[in-house]
Amino acid sequence: MEALTKNVMEVDRRPMNFWEKIYLPAILKGMTITFRHMFKKKPTVQYPEKTRYFSPVFRGMHILNRDEEGRERCTACGLCAVACPAEAITMEAAERKPDEAHLYREEKYAARYEINMLRCIFCGLCEEACPKDAIYLSQTVTPADYARKNFIYTKNDLLIPDPVKDPEGFAKAKGIHQ
Amino acid sequence: MMFLLTIDWAFFLEKLILIAIVITLSLVIAMYATYAERKIAAFMQDRIGPNRAGPFGILQPLADGMKLFFKEEIIPNHSNRFLFIMGPALAMLTAMMTCAVIPWGNKVELFGRSIPLQIADINIGILYIFAVVSLGVYGIMIGGWASNNKFSLLAAMRGASQVISYELAMGISLIALLMLTGSLSLKTIVEQQMQAGHFWNIAYQPLGFLIFFICAMAECNRAPFDLPEAENELNMGYHQEYSSMKLGFYLFAEYINMFISSAVIVTLFFGGYDMPFVNETLLTPNMAALVGVIAFFAKIFIFIFIFMWIRWTLPRFRYDQLMNLGWKGLILLALANMLITAAIILYRM
Ligand code: SF4
Ligand code: SF4
Repeated sequence: MEALTKNVMEVDRRPMNFWEKIYLPAILKGMTITFRHMFKKKPTVQYPEKTRYFSPVFRGMHILNRDEEGRERCTACGLCAVACPAEAITMEAAERKPDEAHLYREEKYAARYEINMLRCIFCGLCEEACPKDAIYLSQTVTPADYARKNFIYTKNDLLIPDPVKDPEGFAKAKGIHQ
Repeated sequence: MMFLLTIDWAFFLEKLILIAIVITLSLVIAMYATYAERKIAAFMQDRIGPNRAGPFGILQPLADGMKLFFKEEIIPNHSNRFLFIMGPALAMLTAMMTCAVIPWGNKVELFGRSIPLQIADINIGILYIFAVVSLGVYGIMIGGWASNNKFSLLAAMRGASQVISYELAMGISLIALLMLTGSLSLKTIVEQQMQAGHFWNIAYQPLGFLIFFICAMAECNRAPFDLPEAENELNMGYHQEYSSMKLGFYLFAEYINMFISSAVIVTLFFGGYDMPFVNETLLTPNMAALVGVIAFFAKIFIFIFIFMWIRWTLPRFRYDQLMNLGWKGLILLALANMLITAAIILYRM
């Protein structure tokens, strides 16, 4: 039969010769290999103390963005929920009251905004769909939890810290790539 | 008559203390052998290994032991309770019993007494070790049988047949050695190797050593001979149904066995407590004993390392390969080795 790729290797099915039958040379060869490995550099990253560098395009936990004045950017248009292939996003819209102009950037805002992190596949399509730059996938890994219900992230979990009141937290949550 | 009835209390005490020390030492060494095993395995696989419990993870064995103590103790209700408990107990007992005849060092002088660092210097030391080690397989067999589980039973059968096939080759390879030494007492064997102008027995019996070493590995149920506990086909084998400290005993017995096997190999083939290039007779007895004990343990640790090194290099033998190697390879080799040794001894006489 013709080989499909060039990487085909014929298996040697000749009976073992004397040196192969007494196993010892092969065993010694194997033992030198394992011995050499003892002195190799270990690729381990000591996790809680050190973290691995994430690439700038890493798609981690979502954040709901604010503008420079600290107002929520999301206008509850629902485009992210439509774009989401995993149907992980739910929201409820509400109308901004006159005295809430310092809280919400647009006249319509998301009163409830939830992402089910167990459904989310971290594809980043919500980020692409958003016309208001309101949702981003940050470089934070979604933490583990014990209960399923804790994986439904609400606005409390998602909203980024206020850049006016907490510029440090804001910068940290935003990550380095934005 | 009065003389016969007086017990030498000092002698009694001295032996008791020695037994306590040796048992504690074997337990501690076995404990840290588990740590060493994990570290060596990790390093050979480009990992770091346990490093969280204490500096460099040296408290890991304690944590493991604690964990086993606190595990729920499960005894399957279709198993024979008595035998089920006896299995691990026997495994541990036989593993510990072998320490009795190993000469750990020369005499020390303490309180005007000359104390040999050996619990019992019996003139059939090797036979005793053989007898006890072959009892060790009962731990596996009884455990496997009492579990009332087909995998455990298969493992027990494998263990038994493996030990029988390899004990034969081991015995024959030893006969060649005994023809050279002319004594079954381990102490005498070590003293012979320590004499000036006499090399360690490995120089006279390299093939015998190789056979003995391979068989010792098989007796310890270490990889590549760990067929009784083959994880992927027998699902942990004979200790599948065990939990808590009974499981711990089985795992622990393996490490003690490894320690004792190394000690026996060193005693028989590598000069026991003989420190190379040092003439012990020039030192004070206590110094000589100290040097001897250190040399002995250094050699043992090297062998434990080699045991582990082999385990993390080689895959497990297939069952037919195991039997072929034992019956068609090692026994014939051992017989040839014995005959050649005998011929040479006869020729030199
Ligand atoms: S990252 Fe993808 S799956 Fe997750 S919420 Fe956004 S669109 Fe949905
Ligand atoms: S996050 Fe963006 S896309 Fe989603 S509802 Fe808000 S504004 Fe629309």
